[in-house]
Amino acid sequence: MIRDITIGQYYPADSILHRLDPRVKLAGTIIYIISLFMFHNYYGYILAVIFLFSMIQISKVPMKFIVKGLKAIIPLLLFAVIFNLFLTPGTLVFQLGFIKITEEGIKTTVFMGIRLVFLILGSSLMTFTTTPNHLTDGLERLMGPLRKIKVPVHEISMMMSIALRFIPILMEETDKIMKAQMARGADFESGGLIKRARSLIPLLVPLFVSAFRRANDLAMAMEARCYRGGEGRTKMKPLKYRTRDMLAYLVLIIYVAAIFLLNSYIA
Amino acid sequence: MGMIKAHNLVFEYIRRDEEGNVESINRAIDNVNIDVTKGDFVAILGANGSGKSTMAKHINAILTPTEGTVWVNGMDTKNEEKLWEIRQTAGMVFQNPDNQIIATVVEEDVGFGAENLGVPTEEIWTRVEESLKAAGMLEYRHHSPNKLSGGQKQRVAIAGIMAMKPECIVLDEPTAMLDPIGRKEVLQTIKELNKKEKVTVLLITHYMEEVIHADKVIVMDQGKVVMQGTPREIFSKVDELKQYCLAVPQVTELAYELSKKGFAIPKGILTVKELVEAINSIA
Amino acid sequence: MSSIIVDQLNYVYSPGTAYEKHALKDINLVINDGEYIGLIGHTGSGKSTLIQHLNGLIKATAGTIYYNGEDIYDKNYNMKGLRSKVGLVFQYPEHQLFETTVYKDVSFGPKNLGLEQLEIDLRTYEAVKMVGLGDDILDASPFELSGGQKRRVAIAGVLAMKPEVLILDEPTAGLDPKGRDEILEQIAKLHRDSKITIILVSHSMEDVAKYADRLIVMNKGGIVYNGMPHEVFVHYKELEKIGLAAPQVTYVMNELNNMGFSVNPSVTTVEEATEEVVRALSQTYTSRRKIKND
Repeated sequence: MIRDITIGQYYPADSILHRLDPRVKLAGTIIYIISLFMFHNYYGYILAVIFLFSMIQISKVPMKFIVKGLKAIIPLLLFAVIFNLFLTPGTLVFQLGFIKITEEGIKTTVFMGIRLVFLILGSSLMTFTTTPNHLTDGLERLMGPLRKIKVPVHEISMMMSIALRFIPILMEETDKIMKAQMARGADFESGGLIKRARSLIPLLVPLFVSAFRRANDLAMAMEARCYRGGEGRTKMKPLKYRTRDMLAYLVLIIYVAAIFLLNSYIA
Repeated sequence: MGMIKAHNLVFEYIRRDEEGNVESINRAIDNVNIDVTKGDFVAILGANGSGKSTMAKHINAILTPTEGTVWVNGMDTKNEEKLWEIRQTAGMVFQNPDNQIIATVVEEDVGFGAENLGVPTEEIWTRVEESLKAAGMLEYRHHSPNKLSGGQKQRVAIAGIMAMKPECIVLDEPTAMLDPIGRKEVLQTIKELNKKEKVTVLLITHYMEEVIHADKVIVMDQGKVVMQGTPREIFSKVDELKQYCLAVPQVTELAYELSKKGFAIPKGILTVKELVEAINSIA
Repeated sequence: MSSIIVDQLNYVYSPGTAYEKHALKDINLVINDGEYIGLIGHTGSGKSTLIQHLNGLIKATAGTIYYNGEDIYDKNYNMKGLRSKVGLVFQYPEHQLFETTVYKDVSFGPKNLGLEQLEIDLRTYEAVKMVGLGDDILDASPFELSGGQKRRVAIAGVLAMKPEVLILDEPTAGLDPKGRDEILEQIAKLHRDSKITIILVSHSMEDVAKYADRLIVMNKGGIVYNGMPHEVFVHYKELEKIGLAAPQVTYVMNELNNMGFSVNPSVTTVEEATEEVVRALSQTYTSRRKIKND
């Protein structure tokens, strides 16, 4: 059930990828995602696959674990695929009533499918290898310049890390409240849309009440530990680039160069 | 002057309607005077609604008195300039272990308070390591708090306070949500901090078993301090304790029943060993 | 005659993943009509998982449960009916309150059963009375009550389903001694007056010793002891090894017994212990007097 969703989770392991500076990983993921949308031919994807799978190898995160994360997005994937398959105009390949499948449609669908799958795999590899705190630290630093235009960078990243800390707790709580209401005969599974939406009230009200109570408690606990915003705060784990991070940037540059070569010579 | 001192402390929760008119006043603390000596282990006992948690929140300046004064190490909690110093001096651990852990990795959470105080990075690391060791949680430093037991989470919270180098720790029902093993672990940790690190401890609880090792016990009822003394003195008054909705441990009750039947058992028995010896000596 | 038979029950969490855990192993158990059972075990021993099986919230990986002779995993079995007959009060049940008034919240269960309005009203009034609350509370918002009252309202919400079996997962957690005694007395009264079968999950050995007819001790997903309180607490040394203990007076009695006093070491409550010690002490008095006289 809910516990099976692995997207966004951290997978503790001891690998170079885990030890890299989060800024490198963030930059790498962004570049990787952009690259997925730049390829016009299958060779490009071979490169992307090689890149991704070598990263997964290095990360020591079991393949099984990563693939499992994909399961959760199958409905989304199918939706995107079907949409493209049926609605792209072009040379007709197959027709049944009003359903038309075109050559272009098939091509776009395949590309779309590959892009989505690799996009998910790539970004989940980042979350698997980076602790949420590290990730928000990285974001805070990358967004640092925005502070000049009065963007509350520290606050945003603090909110993100607290959200990440409480997601599993609230999920567990959802599970518990759901069961408690089912024990009182509540039915979350049958009926039409409106009935189902209404049946969520006994779940959502207690969940919100609990979330507010937790927020209140947490705010008090943070104040009691002298939290007063980002000013004057030091860091236990300040971000510092090391040699391995420079090497990682080099690998990224090579990857980008390879994409350009592919796109301009093998067209 | 003691570590914590409350003089004629009164606190009222005032409820107002939409126009700001006073709807009801609930006097949660009613003219309380306490004095906690530096280095002591003091327990505040009381039923739910006795005002003990409201009392705790005054020491950390989360609440400030309606009347009277609270001093923490000589600092008046109403003095806003001293707010952060007061909070650093008197650290606070709360009841719900889940709702006071901020970070997703144990050691990062322990470092949180020290980060807020602006402690230099290298020193944070030493402090985190020392506090985790003192709380017996060093081997879990890289773990996610979600995978820990309740007792372990509370020890992480205690370590987080220790890393701020406080003189005093206030624990507001830290064991109320734990199972017996967790309760034992947390209590053991608190006792050790008091003995080894010389931290003044103020433990708020309604579990009588937890206060038998305290230097001093304060019993609160309906916002007032109704009893004060050593655990033995307090536990010898079984009937009075019951009146404040508190229950004594089975051994204390057994000893009390026997003495009521005319056997010469001393009052205020605290442990199995004491009772067995007492029975043996009169046989 | 209602009864629960648990037959070779097994449950595995998230099979085939990194989090796989064998939470229940070959559980065999019979619970008879009208019993008061204390279920003990430390956190993670499998007791919460077991009770959720009893009213069908979790489906076993292997094995089955018979309720009143019917296999609850049968295709045509009425699971919703089972949930009303086997009421389950979760830990901190007040966290599931959601309605604007106590009346609406307590009547949530009977409403889900599709009962007539009159019956719903009746059950709601009755349930609120059964937990020792007055009628005047029915119009109050559950969120404005005290902690102890909230918990009673939540328990009433389950009682309004008219269960034949009531399972309570640590109903006294977080309450002070007075609140704890009140809830436990209320449950004992339900057991006595309404003949409801009770399964009480608790960490307090003193409490289960005082109220339960039979104790079931769980460890690592299996049942280790199953018997009357004094039979179980004889094994206090083994209980300690699995993170549990016997009531304090059991230790006193054992120590005294070792020192040569003729007291029954399997005593678990203060009343029994007082009697035992008084008897033993007067025996020694008389025997000593005898020695003197001889």
